[in-house]
Amino acid sequence: MIPFEYRRAADAQEAVATVAARPDAVFLGGGTNLVDHMKLGVAAPHMLVDVSRLPLTEVEETPGGGLRVGAAVRNSDLAAHPLVRQRYPALARALLSGASGQLRNTATTGGNLLQRTRCRYFQDVTTPCNKREPGSGCAAIGGWDRHHAVLGASEHCIAVHPSDMAVGLLALDATVHVLGADGARSLPLADLHRLPGDSPERDTVLAHGELITAVELPPASAMTRWSTYRKVRERASYAFALVSVAAALDVDDDSGVVRDARVALGGVAHKPWRAGRAEDVLRGAPATEESFRLAAGAELAAAEVRDGNAYKVPLARNTIVAVLRDLTEARR
Amino acid sequence: MEHRITLRVDGTERAVTVDSRTTLLDALRERLGVTSPKKGCDHGQCGACTVLLEGRRQLSCLTFAVAHDGDQVVTAEGLGEVRGDGGLHPVQQAFIEQDGFQCGYCTPGQVCSAVGMLDEAEAGHPSHVTRDLAPPGAPDSPAPLDDGEIRERMSGNLCRCGAYVNIVAALRETATASRGAS
Repeated sequence: MIPFEYRRAADAQEAVATVAARPDAVFLGGGTNLVDHMKLGVAAPHMLVDVSRLPLTEVEETPGGGLRVGAAVRNSDLAAHPLVRQRYPALARALLSGASGQLRNTATTGGNLLQRTRCRYFQDVTTPCNKREPGSGCAAIGGWDRHHAVLGASEHCIAVHPSDMAVGLLALDATVHVLGADGARSLPLADLHRLPGDSPERDTVLAHGELITAVELPPASAMTRWSTYRKVRERASYAFALVSVAAALDVDDDSGVVRDARVALGGVAHKPWRAGRAEDVLRGAPATEESFRLAAGAELAAAEVRDGNAYKVPLARNTIVAVLRDLTEARR
Repeated sequence: MEHRITLRVDGTERAVTVDSRTTLLDALRERLGVTSPKKGCDHGQCGACTVLLEGRRQLSCLTFAVAHDGDQVVTAEGLGEVRGDGGLHPVQQAFIEQDGFQCGYCTPGQVCSAVGMLDEAEAGHPSHVTRDLAPPGAPDSPAPLDDGEIRERMSGNLCRCGAYVNIVAALRETATASRGAS
């Protein structure tokens, strides 16, 4: 590991000014991903600006009835928060399915969103990787691709985004608040993460020096209260998703017709994947297994598979159907 | 870069100079001689380095010591000291009674993780296998701790000897005893 300077930021503005002025500086949150990357040689910053102790640790209701989550709120605290458990169960379930008890006590909300892919080639500096070293190639294409993307990949990168939390937040229409050297801005979480295209080294649309300060959830509804998250993985706990599904349904009790739906997928793409095609099929359709199958099929029609990851298409399809069926039965 | 920091380790103030690259685990083991936290994978995948950092179970291998100037660290060997009597913590006693280890390498991490886990459950934190996330009544009432809950909540601690069955028994015993007493 190369030597680096450590600074504990006094406030968010100072942190942003410091990092924005230094191309070789990065923010340090919980560090569970960054410290590992520094050990592996995947990241080699010359300066760490510690933002984990900034006063961004509150979970509070907004005047409009939404929920604002500070970027330094720990994953375990957010999952345990009474309002998250009551009003946004898809988020609580997503958080609780991620990592381990120890890691959830350390990892922050902002850091979780900005964690990087667990593609084994990205983490192995002896192999080519366009995300780690632009232009060097992609060892996963034609390599061990069992965990890789089936939607939205490019010829330059087939890595998947590892976050569970982000998938839950995406289904709940979260907004991300960001502070940069030029001031504050907000963007839908759906616009934060990128597809790889020809620049897979960029995971998000954030500029260097922009700091996530909070995540905001819109006011809860009957639909968000009946949301959930299911993660399919290779062991029962403490493993990344092969496929995960966050979903919420609003069904008219009299007619049994879906008024509105939210579906987001994890483990299938370079970013948390909003299943807009599935949602379109669901709206106005009867809340039946047949509709759920049509919706899942519509979303996965664009899937492109490789030698090792073809199983993800039926797995995602079946998991979408199962989650929507469970939500429907839970409402009865 | 060198930094002079102070850690409160197992109840004692310890000043130490560390390079910014030194992990909390290496500062404890190599600089302060506190060797109960173990280096297993050194990448946050095994749980052997688990300590109670500011009262919560965390991995000491995935954080730099310099980021913890002024923080309180409790390791397995300090659990009794911090309780004030210097004896064994009930979790440690239960590991002995239920034979919750074989080689013992993962045990200090298991014990610290278990102490943190029991506190989390007592505070009402749900887990991945908790059926009802928002049960009626106070959200901070203690979470249920059946064997499935204990296994899920302890999944961040690997034991290559496979002592899991007895570890679960030890924690079931501790949880039952503490809840019976309260």
